[in-house]
Amino acid sequence: MKKKNNILKKLANKAYEFGFVSKIKTEIIESGLNEDIIRLISKKKNEPEWLLEFRLTAYRHWLTLQMPTWAHLNIPPIDYQAISYYADPLKKNKENSNKEIDPELMKTFEKLGIPLEERLALSGTAVDAVMDSVSVKTTFKEELKEKGIIFCSMSEAVQEYPDLVRKYLGSVVNYRDNFFAALNTAVFSDGSFVYIPKGVRCPMELSTYFRINAANTGQFERTLIVADDNSYVSYLEGCTAPMRDENQLHAAIVEIIVNDNAEVKYSTVQNWYPGDAEGKGGVYNFVTKRGDCRGRNSKLSWTQVETGSAITWKYPSCVLRGDNSQGEFYSVALTNNYQQADTGTKMIHLGKNTRSTIISKGISAGKSQNSYRGLVRVSKNADGARNYSQCDSLLLGNECGAHTFPYMDIHNNSAVIEHEATTSKISEEQLFYCNQRGIGTEEAIGLIVNGYAKEVLNKLPMEFAIEAQKLLSVSLEGAVG
Amino acid sequence: MNCGEEYIELFEKNRELIDKPCTRKLNDEREKAFISFKAQGFPGIKDENWLHTNVAKKFATDYGMDLARKANTNEVRNSFTCDVPNLKTFKGYIVNDSFVAADNGGKQLPQGVFIGSINSFAESHAELIDRYYNTLAQKGDSVVQFNTSFTQECIVLYIPKNTVIEETIQIVAFLQTNVDILTNRRMLVIMEENSSASLLLCDHSSTDKKSLSTEVTEIFMGGGASLDLYELEETTDSNTRLGNLFVKQEHDSRFNHCNITLTNGFTRNYVEVVLDGEGAETNINGLAIGDKHQHIDNRTLVDHRKGHCTSNELYKYILDEDSTGVFAGKMLIRTDAQQTVSQQTNRNLCLTSCAHMYAQPQLEIYADDVKCSHGSTVGQLDESALFYMQQRGIPADEARHLLMYAFAGEVTDNIKLEALRERLHILVEKRFRGELNHCKRCNLCK
Repeated sequence: MKKKNNILKKLANKAYEFGFVSKIKTEIIESGLNEDIIRLISKKKNEPEWLLEFRLTAYRHWLTLQMPTWAHLNIPPIDYQAISYYADPLKKNKENSNKEIDPELMKTFEKLGIPLEERLALSGTAVDAVMDSVSVKTTFKEELKEKGIIFCSMSEAVQEYPDLVRKYLGSVVNYRDNFFAALNTAVFSDGSFVYIPKGVRCPMELSTYFRINAANTGQFERTLIVADDNSYVSYLEGCTAPMRDENQLHAAIVEIIVNDNAEVKYSTVQNWYPGDAEGKGGVYNFVTKRGDCRGRNSKLSWTQVETGSAITWKYPSCVLRGDNSQGEFYSVALTNNYQQADTGTKMIHLGKNTRSTIISKGISAGKSQNSYRGLVRVSKNADGARNYSQCDSLLLGNECGAHTFPYMDIHNNSAVIEHEATTSKISEEQLFYCNQRGIGTEEAIGLIVNGYAKEVLNKLPMEFAIEAQKLLSVSLEGAVG
Repeated sequence: MNCGEEYIELFEKNRELIDKPCTRKLNDEREKAFISFKAQGFPGIKDENWLHTNVAKKFATDYGMDLARKANTNEVRNSFTCDVPNLKTFKGYIVNDSFVAADNGGKQLPQGVFIGSINSFAESHAELIDRYYNTLAQKGDSVVQFNTSFTQECIVLYIPKNTVIEETIQIVAFLQTNVDILTNRRMLVIMEENSSASLLLCDHSSTDKKSLSTEVTEIFMGGGASLDLYELEETTDSNTRLGNLFVKQEHDSRFNHCNITLTNGFTRNYVEVVLDGEGAETNINGLAIGDKHQHIDNRTLVDHRKGHCTSNELYKYILDEDSTGVFAGKMLIRTDAQQTVSQQTNRNLCLTSCAHMYAQPQLEIYADDVKCSHGSTVGQLDESALFYMQQRGIPADEARHLLMYAFAGEVTDNIKLEALRERLHILVEKRFRGELNHCKRCNLCK
């Protein structure tokens, strides 16, 4: 047992790989939040008047809101006036030349495994790299454009495709939706914009890499994906942040619109800095992600591997509005040390014959708390709705917690809804079996946990699946007491 | 703002009248509870625990309250024979919220067992009242605090150690009123070590007047004690029942609970079981059958505090017409509760497109060496089973009844008292056939 605990400790203490800080000259505006700050952000981004109004309305609404407290989380008070809402690492370059990116920046992303030079990049993946409040570079833009696909930063989209942005921005996640949605709408800085035209199957994976670098800032990006009729896109999202003793806030919005017969796959490998072993520092990840399956036979699939963040609080959701639309949610959420997670999904069945699947695997270790919270709502007219939910929790250690809070609101008698959940620890028998066959305890645990998460990891695109598998091993192997 | 102020004013104006018939402990606890109620008011629908049950609205009716204890309860003695055939019971009545002893034909409970009003119990066992009364309920929500503030009577069942009561104790609660009425029922069950009993609580209401009853029951079970508790609600559309059951179990005790809502208006049952000793076992079963605009909300919390305990929970709902079902069951496994085995199942049938079901089965687990699972489903009757039966000449309606009856049977089959089980099978079947307005054997209901 002692040996096992030592292995545990060793692994739990494995350093956060991406915790370095890049020395990049960054322009950071003064901290604080008021209408002038919002006007300043809008001006810096050279935004049209309607967008400024959009932000201000959201801000005024945000002022009337209180931070919600219902989650199974212990969140220390956040001083919203102490955060700087805009940090621009590109500033230096803009002064010199418009085209060249600071080599330091390039190096940073290379170090993170995201080369921004197309010749070095993995073929088949186009990347939009976002650092702090701005998009650094988007690769393969031209190749994609040939097919009519728009993949660019949100700021660029506002300038170049204002009509499209105006039509869809806020149409899935309204600023009135929740506290953090209002905050994000008021101060969002950058993010990615994707438009897949009718009948186009996106030839490569699109990916956005988010990096927080500057201190005392928050990241408030906004992603908007529109998949028009009969189109397909697979989109990946990754994120890291430096190790700091202070907590940093990340409050993003992701909106996805899926039209007739279109399909969107959205995968996230979330690896924000989780704080140290004592629970000091780390990113607060409060994100609103929602997809609107507007079209008939549309399909949206969320896959997430959550290993980072001091606190994760998010529910990627599907509004199944179109008849025969499908929603899927596959999640592995891993918490260690003092991490907390309250995550899950919402499946809102509105159209006829809609289907949803929820597979959630929670793994808690150390002193962490890991909650699944999910809603399945079947509205009155959603005839023939079908849902299957499965939430499993694995407890590694006797000081952590694993919780399941599913909600089912059923207003239609033709719905078939199933939910099941189990909680257990790694079985001694399985470990013993592996040990007997010469597999060390550490490796055996990795094996068992990876097997446990396989159902979800299988849904990730290959490169991401490998990364996710590695991440799981780093954050968790040996975490059995 | 909810209507709490009116009740606060009523309480403050009539404090002396409320205190008058009560023992010291009731009044002491009343003081504390009132402060708590005053601070909170009635729960609103933004309160997570009352999300789908708008209780403040129910309190808004201008009810009468019998604070001067004027109701004549003597006449009901023996007029109400809501019995279960072949089940011998030791009876007692709760009329509105007062206890009325029944003529049990000279039958006696074992020596030392007490059933009756807290006022008489206080004369002989004041220390027990001090030790137990309101200790579990004091952490309850504002409806529980409301009950503690206004309650003027508490029915006590005390079973000394090593005492086994063979005969089922049946307490029949009903309302006798000419006006809309609000009652506050209260019960305290103290079971000492190795005692054993079964208790049947029937909740009836035969009046067309609007009624609201807040109910708080506290049950303390000593080591090795065993209790089977059956609660059966057969009330009317105009009735609101806000039940709260708090149970604390010590080592190796066993608690079986079966809560059946056959007919009702607006019901919310809260059940909280604390497993505070190793080897304790609890089984909670519930069945709710709703039609018209009935509202049935069952909320449970099983709190595993010590290791090696077992809990099983099964709740089933059958919802017809415009009825609403709410189920929220939480299993809380604390750090010390290693080796817990906990299982929760919730299955619901929605028969019409206007019926609403809200289900929230929840697990909150802080111990790692446990086996916990929950499952919840919402669906309809199996089409292929219906077809199979019709193929064999069973009419569609009959086939549907049979399937629903079998669905409900999983809960009623858990009833250990054979006579009661049989009776409930019949009542459930009648309920499905729409033949059940009131139980036919009640003199009052005829």
